[in-house]
Amino acid sequence: MKKIHLSLIAAALIGAIATPAIATTPEEDKATFQSYFKQRFPNVPEDDFKNGAYAIDAIGRENWEAIEEFPPYENAISSGETLWNTPFANGKSYQDCFPDGPAIANKYPHWDRQAGQVMTLPLAINQCREANSEKPLSYKKGPIADLLAYMAFESRGQITNVEIPSDDPRAIAAYEKGREFYFARRGQLNFSCAHCHFGNSGTTLRTEILSPALGHTTHWPVYRSKWGEMGTLHRRFSGCNEQVRAKAFEAQGEEYRNLEFFLTYVNNGLELNGPAARK
Amino acid sequence: MSLMSLSRPRLLALSLGLSTLTSGGAFAQLPADLELSGDAAAGKLVANDRAKGNCVACHAMPGAKEPGAIGPVLIAMQTRYPSKTALATQIWDATAKTPEVVMPPFGKHEILTRKEFVDVVEYIWSL
Repeated sequence: MKKIHLSLIAAALIGAIATPAIATTPEEDKATFQSYFKQRFPNVPEDDFKNGAYAIDAIGRENWEAIEEFPPYENAISSGETLWNTPFANGKSYQDCFPDGPAIANKYPHWDRQAGQVMTLPLAINQCREANSEKPLSYKKGPIADLLAYMAFESRGQITNVEIPSDDPRAIAAYEKGREFYFARRGQLNFSCAHCHFGNSGTTLRTEILSPALGHTTHWPVYRSKWGEMGTLHRRFSGCNEQVRAKAFEAQGEEYRNLEFFLTYVNNGLELNGPAARK
Repeated sequence: MSLMSLSRPRLLALSLGLSTLTSGGAFAQLPADLELSGDAAAGKLVANDRAKGNCVACHAMPGAKEPGAIGPVLIAMQTRYPSKTALATQIWDATAKTPEVVMPPFGKHEILTRKEFVDVVEYIWSL
């Protein structure tokens, strides 16, 4: 009975968030989104959602905690620190682009009013490089993941706090595109992001526990055992799209940046705890 | 409207549409002439194959290892569906009956070949 009740709530919420005909503000979406997961997982302390599936999977958590004793992302942090401190050919460095230092993960993603688009940290890193006549880094793995790992590590403890300026309709439009992406079915398998990580979060796909979407944006980049290396959030987005047999979009293209904007916004309030290890 | 008034892209779309119709492309609905007399043993393999039916990813079935828990248990199917055709219709495209359902449209999206499809239907119907 309780399960039926919850799935009805899920259907109603997905309807409310996903149907463009029902205008909801970002604030309303966030409240709906967060209260849904708190109701669905009443035993998970609010500050534990940032740990993803491990917040709801006791056995997985034990393994994960053992892995965290010697974190597989440690090399990435130190390589990233080296990259941060190594000057470009012109003598300048990342510090010149980011005067507040590496601990700035909570400033991203944000709405860039001047460019009229969502600005993410990887995009800002490459803009910095190009402004200093350096080649841009590729967005899914490798050096950019190292640099992001170092910056995430320095930013640990900050709180997710994405702002969507209500006086710029382009920002709202970008958010709404991200929301639409999240709830749209795609691929041969016909799944939306929400089908697995909203309405069915906590259930099992074979033996895998589907992680709740609340907590999905706190911990990037990630050392994923399946990859055997570090990867970025957009790498994961691509992988998810390919898993449902859709063509992935370009990392840091408009689609994934808008998706990141929406998804990070509805995760507002959660602590940043990247980089992380995941299965 | 005469063909002359159609724009070039529309003409292209029209010709592509015609070619899919004539080459027996995707069917939104279970084709009426599909003979539902597959091979249950072959269907069992398809149902358990990750790249194919992968029913077990979401459904517990008798004898299936490590099933998922997203969909209902596949058991006593002949008491739950009035006919094999009704079950086949559901597997072809479950969203027709339940628009928000998660289950992929195995027939409509050609996830399975016709042979695999009728084999799976035969196997699930036998459960």
